Amino acid sequence: MIDYPILSILTFLPILGALVVLLVKSQDEAVQNRNARHVALWISLGNLLLAGVMLSSFSISTSAMQMVEQHAWLPAFNINYHLGVDGISVLFVVLTALLTPICIAVSWNSITSRVKQYLAAFLALEGCVIGVFCALDFVLFYVFWEAMLIPMFLIIGIWGGENRVYATLKFFLYTFAGSVLMLVAMLYLYNASGGSFDIQNLAGLELALLEQKWLWLALFAAFAVKVPMWPFHTWLPDAHVQAPTAGSVILAGILLKMGAYGFLRFSIPILPDASEFFTPLIYTLSVVGIIYAALVAFVQTDVKKMIAYSSVSHMGFVTLGIFAATEDAVSGAIMQMVNHGIVSSALFMLVGVVYDRLHTRDLAKFGGLVQPMPIFAAVMMIFTLASVALPGTNSFVGEFLILSGSYEVAQWPTVLATTGVVLGALYMLWLYRKMVMGVPQAQVAKLTDMTTRERMMFVPLIILVFYLGLVPNPTLKLMQPSVEKLLDEYHDCTCGGDW
Amino acid sequence: MDWTMLTPVLPEIFLSVWAMVLLLVGVYLPSKQAFTQVQVLTGVGLVVALMLVIDQFLLQLPMWGFPRLADGSGPMVVMDGFAVYTKVFILLGALGAVALAGPFLQHKNIAKPEYGVLILLSVVGMGLLTSAYDLLTLYIGLEMMSFSLYILAAFERDNPKASEAALKYFVLGALSSGLLLYGMSLFYGIAGATDFGSIQQALASLAAPGANLTVAVALVLILVGLVFKVSAVPFHMWTPDVYEGAPTPVTAFMAVVPKLAAFAILIRVLYAPLIDLLPDWQMILALLAVLTMAGGAFLAIVQTNLKRLLAYSSIAHVGFVLVGLATGTVEGVAGALFYLVVYGVMTLGTFGCLLLLHHRGMYLEDIKDLAGLGKQAPLLSVALLIFLFSLAGVPPLAGFFAKFYVFQAAVAADLTWLAIVGVGCSVVAAVYSLKLIKILFFEDGKPLIDPVMPRLLRAMVTLMALITVGLGILPNTLAVAAQQAAQSLF
Repeated sequence: MIDYPILSILTFLPILGALVVLLVKSQDEAVQNRNARHVALWISLGNLLLAGVMLSSFSISTSAMQMVEQHAWLPAFNINYHLGVDGISVLFVVLTALLTPICIAVSWNSITSRVKQYLAAFLALEGCVIGVFCALDFVLFYVFWEAMLIPMFLIIGIWGGENRVYATLKFFLYTFAGSVLMLVAMLYLYNASGGSFDIQNLAGLELALLEQKWLWLALFAAFAVKVPMWPFHTWLPDAHVQAPTAGSVILAGILLKMGAYGFLRFSIPILPDASEFFTPLIYTLSVVGIIYAALVAFVQTDVKKMIAYSSVSHMGFVTLGIFAATEDAVSGAIMQMVNHGIVSSALFMLVGVVYDRLHTRDLAKFGGLVQPMPIFAAVMMIFTLASVALPGTNSFVGEFLILSGSYEVAQWPTVLATTGVVLGALYMLWLYRKMVMGVPQAQVAKLTDMTTRERMMFVPLIILVFYLGLVPNPTLKLMQPSVEKLLDEYHDCTCGGDW
Repeated sequence: MDWTMLTPVLPEIFLSVWAMVLLLVGVYLPSKQAFTQVQVLTGVGLVVALMLVIDQFLLQLPMWGFPRLADGSGPMVVMDGFAVYTKVFILLGALGAVALAGPFLQHKNIAKPEYGVLILLSVVGMGLLTSAYDLLTLYIGLEMMSFSLYILAAFERDNPKASEAALKYFVLGALSSGLLLYGMSLFYGIAGATDFGSIQQALASLAAPGANLTVAVALVLILVGLVFKVSAVPFHMWTPDVYEGAPTPVTAFMAVVPKLAAFAILIRVLYAPLIDLLPDWQMILALLAVLTMAGGAFLAIVQTNLKRLLAYSSIAHVGFVLVGLATGTVEGVAGALFYLVVYGVMTLGTFGCLLLLHHRGMYLEDIKDLAGLGKQAPLLSVALLIFLFSLAGVPPLAGFFAKFYVFQAAVAADLTWLAIVGVGCSVVAAVYSLKLIKILFFEDGKPLIDPVMPRLLRAMVTLMALITVGLGILPNTLAVAAQQAAQSLF
């Protein structure tokens, strides 16, 4: 057992680290930037180590919240500083802690202006996101959920591509508009429960179906934008394309998971009847999203945009699995969220590697990368195959569990969703062929292969792809008790029945 | 004579005397030093008044003063928790506004000792307003506050814009005072007395006060007169012009302190004598809140002048405060009081930043001029970033909890629709904050600003930024204080 507040440290170490990075000072700007990078990297690695400690002491035999911390924060409203993790959230905390040092490594050379502020923004972002996954008080959750917008807004807006201002404003306003409705729902729940913001308390709340429906829609607005579900996804391609590589990585790897996590943590436990009622809606949007985004990805000429649309498609599986609400499907959905966090991050990093050399994302300018960059081609192969869910890779486990779990309760949506797998294979392999195979153009032939730093960034991700793909059981065991509890309570509450 | 009846207005008495003394001091000091010395002495006076208020707070509350009848009823002033809360923040706000003023006035060659005196006199008016318990005290306080503000608005008298602003302010202000007086005279006709207690009793004795035409007309007239002072849409027309024309430190003062005082008296009137008319004024206030939030937020987006933008922004915030007022509950009033203080901190901070943005006395006013400031003056820009995100209501900054508080009250009072409209407007209001942040950080440019910044001004901006962050992280103390202040009205 851990007898110190490890979750608080995980949350606030990066936030304090951000301040420390801002204080790094030197006459020589190059020295200052280098020092800042090292400080930020070591802080984030320290946090990763802590996350490892946290994971190793996480007990898989209970569904209760673990490592709970609770202090009064705003007693006037019965708001508590209440943190804890269970099988659903623990993986995302670790994923966040893993991706942040990678993000810092990704931008080691590619970010040259306002380096300190950039690194500080990333660390602050990490802290806020970990806070989101640990918070057990609705207000605390909301505070982290919204606070995280500030650093992301700045990351895209300051260090993004040529059309960054439009993209970042769209990103901020979409998410902000979605979240404020969640604020109203939160206040309504507070009054309905007689004055509690505690997420676990709220789960036991009895509400009339009509109330539940409205509240569910308000929460849906926040989460669906974040996931993003079709048709609320339009901010995502813009944000992804304009964000710096590390921004895309964190966006695809972690921020998108917050929406799906919201469904798991709020919509289903607190509003079970409404969740049941709206399940067909989710199925429809998920399936349309899976197929539509896959088709749209097919015709993109911008590589980043293509991967962005593939994210929309992949997240469709996640929402499908969550609302199918069988044990396999929900475990698969959580698994798939982690997988997507690993694979799409890696794909964005790979695009970034080429972008740093060629300064273009236009698919027509690539081709034949295998000749000058064989290692790159090999790494890209691994993640392309992981993305199309080849057996043996992590995505296979996730997608298979989702599809087999959903099939029990929703045949047609599952059948339609499966076409998305085929389409996914089509466009990813097509992308690989266009990018890596073929005869290199003149400036492509001159490229140098990945540096040691770049190779090192991919190593942990490759290990995870195969570890989760070949030995998924420990990870599934980790989430099993919590998933079981979630579903037991969900099915107890709902009247059941087919949709 | 019973001297104890003076106790509730002791701070105001002291401030009036102090203002007279400062007038003399200003005359006798050599003109070069007069301004600075009087500024310092103004600050001292405000601090002493603050201590007097706190001293009264430690005594038995509420205290009643100036009874009109032999049995002690019909007091003209009251000192209760509500008055203490508002007075403390009025004095602190005035102190902040005085601290900000120096460099600007000196640059514009209008650094005269009268500035501090006028601030003090308007604070006296505001102090009377917050503890008014009689229509006459209300009127005297309101006019005392307003007349000082009319003069302050025209303080830069060689600037035609300032004179125009002051004239506009004066004419419209006189109009609203007229409407207010009409309403007051009608209430006097109904109750036969001017003190709030008698009016409340008279209204309670009517079977259906809202159905009485005289009452309805009187209510509307009083409301229009008072919401004019807080600049709620559609009575906001004067605000952008006056904010733009008045010297910036005066604008900062007007945007914060009189607003708090005007809200204090609005709350007092609605919740003391007119509380029985709650069903009648609730919808009026809710509609005003919707119009004000939406109007302020949408109009702020298209502004290009910084001060005009902040004027519309302040209108939008008035709308959020009105949401709290419309609830008719303790929580709503507490939310409004909390909001006003947070709004004051953010606004003073923002104006502080504006006052730092100058080059040899030329102050930046066009938002385009800010392009590239993020690189040029990173710390100042970060402070501005904090204020702007807080104005937009993004957690973990103070502005978020202010909105949280009023919307919570609205939902608890079954005004969920108002909360939904409110959050919608806060998204719109976020647009102008983001637009400014975009110009500060995402655009390239070389704004002309003096690198040397006055120390006091810089310290003020830092302090406000720290409070904005601090109240976002630890809002409990202020929330409890606001709650207790609101409680004393019920």
